[in-house]
Amino acid sequence: MLRKSIALAALGLAILAGPAVAAGDPEEPKSVAWSFAGPFGKFDAAQVQRGYKVYREVCSACHSMDQLFFRNLGQKSGPFYDPEYENPNDNPYVKALAKDIQVNDIDSETGDTVQRAGMPADKFPSPWPNEAAARASNGGALPPDLSVITKAREGGPDYVYSLLTGYKNPPAGLTVGPGQHYNPYMPGDLAAYWTGKGHAPKGGFIAMAAPLADGKVTFDDGKPSTVEQQARDVVAFLAWASEPKQTERKQFGFGAMIYLFIFSILLWFSYKRIWRNVGH
Amino acid sequence: MSGNSTYVPKAGLERWLDSRLPIVRFMNDTLVTFPTPKNLNYWFTFGGILALMLGIQLITGIVLAMHYVPHVDHAFNSVERIMRDVNYGWLIRYMHANGASMFFLAVYLHMFRGLYYGSYKAPREVLWIIGCAIYLVMIITAFMGYVLPWGQMSFHGAVVITNLIGAIPVIGSAITTWLWGGFAVDNATLNRFFSLHYLLPFVIAGLVVLHVWALHVTGNNNPKGVDVKSKEDTVPFHPYYTVKDGFAISVFLLLYMSFVFFNPNALGDPVNYVPANPLVTPAHIVPEWYLLPFYAILRAVPDKLMGVVLMFGAIAVIFLLPWLDTSKVRSMRYRPTARLYFFIFVFVALVLGYCGGQLPDDQVIPGVSGLMLIDSDINSFVWLSRIATLYYFAYFMIILPVLGLTETPRPVPESITDPVLSYPATVPAGAMASPEKRG
Repeated sequence: MLRKSIALAALGLAILAGPAVAAGDPEEPKSVAWSFAGPFGKFDAAQVQRGYKVYREVCSACHSMDQLFFRNLGQKSGPFYDPEYENPNDNPYVKALAKDIQVNDIDSETGDTVQRAGMPADKFPSPWPNEAAARASNGGALPPDLSVITKAREGGPDYVYSLLTGYKNPPAGLTVGPGQHYNPYMPGDLAAYWTGKGHAPKGGFIAMAAPLADGKVTFDDGKPSTVEQQARDVVAFLAWASEPKQTERKQFGFGAMIYLFIFSILLWFSYKRIWRNVGH
Repeated sequence: MSGNSTYVPKAGLERWLDSRLPIVRFMNDTLVTFPTPKNLNYWFTFGGILALMLGIQLITGIVLAMHYVPHVDHAFNSVERIMRDVNYGWLIRYMHANGASMFFLAVYLHMFRGLYYGSYKAPREVLWIIGCAIYLVMIITAFMGYVLPWGQMSFHGAVVITNLIGAIPVIGSAITTWLWGGFAVDNATLNRFFSLHYLLPFVIAGLVVLHVWALHVTGNNNPKGVDVKSKEDTVPFHPYYTVKDGFAISVFLLLYMSFVFFNPNALGDPVNYVPANPLVTPAHIVPEWYLLPFYAILRAVPDKLMGVVLMFGAIAVIFLLPWLDTSKVRSMRYRPTARLYFFIFVFVALVLGYCGGQLPDDQVIPGVSGLMLIDSDINSFVWLSRIATLYYFAYFMIILPVLGLTETPRPVPESITDPVLSYPATVPAGAMASPEKRG
């Protein structure tokens, strides 16, 4: 009775917790076997490093990552973590990566805006001075900040990967407006733009043109630079950036669960012992 | 507080304090010697679980408030800052966010237990009403807490819910403006929600003290629903129920922590990781799962004011339950008909929750086009919500009042210990024969 009821309650919770389906009907995201998925998943440092390169050389032209600092790259479970430099601000690799980027600063003598080489303590600079500038350069669309993008989209990393690799020529009968691109994984409703037979195709319009292309980024470790490889790597980087502490979280959680499990067993036997003489 | 106290102060200081402020006596009577029916099952452990959850929410919340910035320009970033740069900030925040869900899960199971075992019936009406008040304040607190991260769902959820007040005739819009502190949900709203979100948990804590006080006047109900008759019926709270509740708490923590560590965002909406933008409305505005049944009731009614009235009515009717249920038998173990309606009620509550998460005009059975009835297809979530809402209210206002007068309950045991039944019942053949051979 009790067990059945708990199962029922759990089922109910699972139903209630089910994600709400948004309007429109995009294609179901492709399922990728991520190294960081699951309770024991960890980031592949080499993959996240390649992903950073993709972000830096491709995405960062339009997309900001306001929550990220260069020092994050060298912190524990970060892609450039080096146990020799517990303080990521001392990590020479992180210093070099930051130095490659020019950041805005105020000259303390004159008060003028100046540009200087970045330091680990600097934020990733935004490609735009403000939102209006971003929209003006992108046909009115605003490239979203990518700091927590894999947590901010239904489908998470799978969705971002599918979007990046899912660009297709629009089917005949679909009117694509100027500055728009068809993507079957983008949420939207294409009924108003559809003159073909049957239902409108799945997906929606996106202002971003297909950002990746074979050979667009040269990987230093010799990985073949295919669109799929670039997408997988950059999504791993974005997933790490969305929650840089997730490896620590899972490791901590593993210990906590074992502790609670043993504690529960001990309490069960204490309960049995204390109640042994009570008829109930 | 509970009257017949058996506490004897031992040391000099305890004796001195006892004649001035008998706080040690109160703790002793509440947590140690309190006579508790010995037949309580695991459904009765949620009170202890809820006390722990309130404690966890208070502690994690106070720490979060040290780092959180209640300002429209900084709230979202300060939450991310907690996740990234505060020591164990991710743990504190995920415990708080998932803690709210677990708090509601436990409170719903606690309430369903009360409904099933008739814990609201005389002499526990006041105990029940205080519990309902705690639940109401919990809803308000949780709603305001959800606004604080200032994501898209925070903002638009706040807009939808505060706009409901505007449905009140004549004074509605004035009250809404007063609540907002302006003419839209903005910085003033966020600031006061933060203030109230910090205040209300202490109101809950105060109500919990009253809840426990009322409990210790009447004593626990129990699965048989009969009064405690003798000392044989009870065991002291400690160690018997401290260990049983402790075990239940530990198992509950396993569930809670599995969310915190391995699936911390499963119960939240991804859209709330997008910073609030008043100019972009999310495709689908939904509250957190624990408020979905009420959201479904709200949307089931075509008229805004009536929807609001029904939504609040759905909570108000729970307050009145002690006087709506006319049956003298507490436990539904002995009310087979009522039990059937109760399980349908639980199912209906889950259906309402499911409907609350769907678009009202979507089809329940995909691809089947039903009949248009009044304003929408009969095969739509809005109609499913309407049927479920009807049952929700009928359960409290028709089924329970009528059933108490018409049903024939099964025989009720004389006491918790005593297996003999109160009025002539059919004793199974052979039950009385050769008792010495039975175990």
